[in-house]
Amino acid sequence: MRKLALGIEALAIAVLFGSFLASGGKLLLAGAAAALLALAGVLGLAGKRREMPGFWLWFVSLLAYAFLYIPLVIVVIFSFNDSKLNAEWVGFTTAWYLKLFSDEDMLRAALNSLSIACGAAAIATVLGTMAGLSMHRFKPKLLPFLVFTPVAMPEILLGVSLLIFFLNSVSPALGALGIDFGLGLTTVVIAHVTFCIGFVAIIVRARLAGMDESIFEAARDLGATPWQTFRLVTLPLIMPGVIAGALMAFTLSIDDFVITFFTSGVGTKTLPLEIYTMIKVAVTPEVNAVSALLMALTLGMIMIAAKLAPDLMQAKT
Amino acid sequence: MALLEIRNVTRRFGPLTAVDDVSLAVEAGEFFTLLGPSGCGKTTLLRMIAGFDLPDAGEILLEGADMADTPPEKRPIHTVFQSYALFPHMTVAQNIAFPLRMAGNAPEQISAKVRDALALVHLEAKGQQYPHELSGGQKQRVALARSLVSRPRVLLLDEPLGALDAKLREEMQIELIDMQREVGITFVFVTHSQNEALALSSRIAVMNAGRVEQLDEPSRLYGFPRNRFVADFIGKINLFNGEIVAVDGERVRLRVAGLGEIEARGAAGLRPGTPATLALRPEQVRLAAIGAALDLPNRHPGKVRDFLYIGDVTTYVIDLQNGQRMQALLPNSSPGRAKFFEVGDAVTAAWPAEAGVVLTE
Ligand SMILES: Nc1ncnc2c1ncn2[C@@H]1O[C@H](COP(=O)(O)OP(=O)(O)OP(=O)(O)O)[C@@H](O)[C@H]1O
Ligand SMILES: [Mg+2]
Repeated sequence: MRKLALGIEALAIAVLFGSFLASGGKLLLAGAAAALLALAGVLGLAGKRREMPGFWLWFVSLLAYAFLYIPLVIVVIFSFNDSKLNAEWVGFTTAWYLKLFSDEDMLRAALNSLSIACGAAAIATVLGTMAGLSMHRFKPKLLPFLVFTPVAMPEILLGVSLLIFFLNSVSPALGALGIDFGLGLTTVVIAHVTFCIGFVAIIVRARLAGMDESIFEAARDLGATPWQTFRLVTLPLIMPGVIAGALMAFTLSIDDFVITFFTSGVGTKTLPLEIYTMIKVAVTPEVNAVSALLMALTLGMIMIAAKLAPDLMQAKT
Repeated sequence: MALLEIRNVTRRFGPLTAVDDVSLAVEAGEFFTLLGPSGCGKTTLLRMIAGFDLPDAGEILLEGADMADTPPEKRPIHTVFQSYALFPHMTVAQNIAFPLRMAGNAPEQISAKVRDALALVHLEAKGQQYPHELSGGQKQRVALARSLVSRPRVLLLDEPLGALDAKLREEMQIELIDMQREVGITFVFVTHSQNEALALSSRIAVMNAGRVEQLDEPSRLYGFPRNRFVADFIGKINLFNGEIVAVDGERVRLRVAGLGEIEARGAAGLRPGTPATLALRPEQVRLAAIGAALDLPNRHPGKVRDFLYIGDVTTYVIDLQNGQRMQALLPNSSPGRAKFFEVGDAVTAAWPAEAGVVLTE
């Protein structure tokens, strides 16, 4: 029964992609619907009678997943398409990736993105860990509010207000001291740090929440100074959370568009900004390729984060 | 000079006074116990001795030196926490080595001392395991080894056996006494179990609502409770309210409604006419069938209402003819014999004059 179900499942997926490749996407919808129906039917039947989730439950959930992931899959597929147009499957090629790696604008943008992400993640991790620790230890009233607000605030608001702050307050103030301050990598890093701190703090605090307080007292009791207690006991225990927070901050920073758009000025381009410039002309398979790479990077980061802090991925009651 | 001295220590949390003007002195080498019901301030007092919390008033002295400005890591006082508080990311050996590392011992010295400490708690084979791989009793032993390994002057134990089952608890009690004798370190032990306190301690401070009610050796605490709270909290006891009618040194005559005049022991300085309570331990009460000869001054007829067979002893609840109710504890020393009396049997309850204690508080 299980084997049969798996067989039909594989067949359904084959039908889906077959119909899509053969017809250049025109029959995609029909193919996808057929595959979904078949899959849901099989899974619904294969389930144990008593606790059958049933056909419709399977169908709806598969539909939701398909809705979320099929566009992503298509982007990846077309990044290997041997045609300049994103319409019809012609043949397999890695040319777009090669072209990408010889595109200087693209490489510069990628380098910018990576340096911003590394810088912002590093700073946000240190500050966010400190915030998370002190929120846990001292239970302050105002701090959580200050730290979490940038997380919840609409990005456009944050972007605009940071832009105004940089141009109208920081630049004149530093100018008066004789320092030339303009929009660029630094302002983007600062902007990214503001909204990444909250995520790191949330993760670190969640990690501390379930911990036995007396462990830290025990360390002091046995002769450790506050700093030794932090280095030898607290930090190792929250480390998975800190790393997960750092990866999260890196991911958020590398694909941020709105805030970067406002705070980067004219000269500095990051990957998302570069992609945006490209698609203003046309959605070329090169865009697909760079998106696919970005997607792979993000997915990798999320997977590592999930492994390090499994509680992040589980619903808590 | 006492090793550890607590002088008029008070700690308030808002309107609540958790520790209320407590003074006591612990001598070197003692097994000292703080005993009291839940919420009476035992942990709060212990945390102030360890240095995690500071008194609002009063002082804590170690070997005559005020500890107020000494942070926990500088006090030669270690704590065994109720939750064990082992470091989950370190092996058993690393846990035990922690205080030695903090004290700056050389690595060879550390491993030798860790080995000795593991032997002390019979966990030689577990050095390389992590805390989550141990049973509750084993974790408890590691926590003990860890806090003893660098030989503190005082070891504080906050209900260390609370999480163990009854059998393991008893085993650990015996091990604790052995261990304390072996290392010679002063123990300050916190518990709300009177059995544990009586079994382990050289002296006990009975606490209630933040105050010390009585500080004494176990046998004196049991035999001569100072007030109703201590009498009631330690062991089982019969309490009868009455009034003092005559005093002759320690011999006191007391009038109790329904029982008439009763002879008992009292502290010096009691005065006739004051209201008082007669406290009588159930094991001091003899029971005999009506008519049997009992050569005791206090004799009262009654009926067996209930009994509780525990194995070695049976507790009888007696309804006296005059309306009072009392408990009597009889050993079941004849083999195979479950009880002497049945429910409903008419009996005489009697006790010697020196068995009753007069309490005025
Ligand atoms: N940090 C605190 N803030 C406010 N109240 C506290 C605090 N710590 C203790 N208390 C209160 O002080 C009183 C004494 O608490 P403590 O923990 O010392 O009791 P305990 O004798 O150890 O009890 P238990 O046997 O249940 O452990 C309690 O009423 C408790 O609610
Ligand atoms: Mg307590």
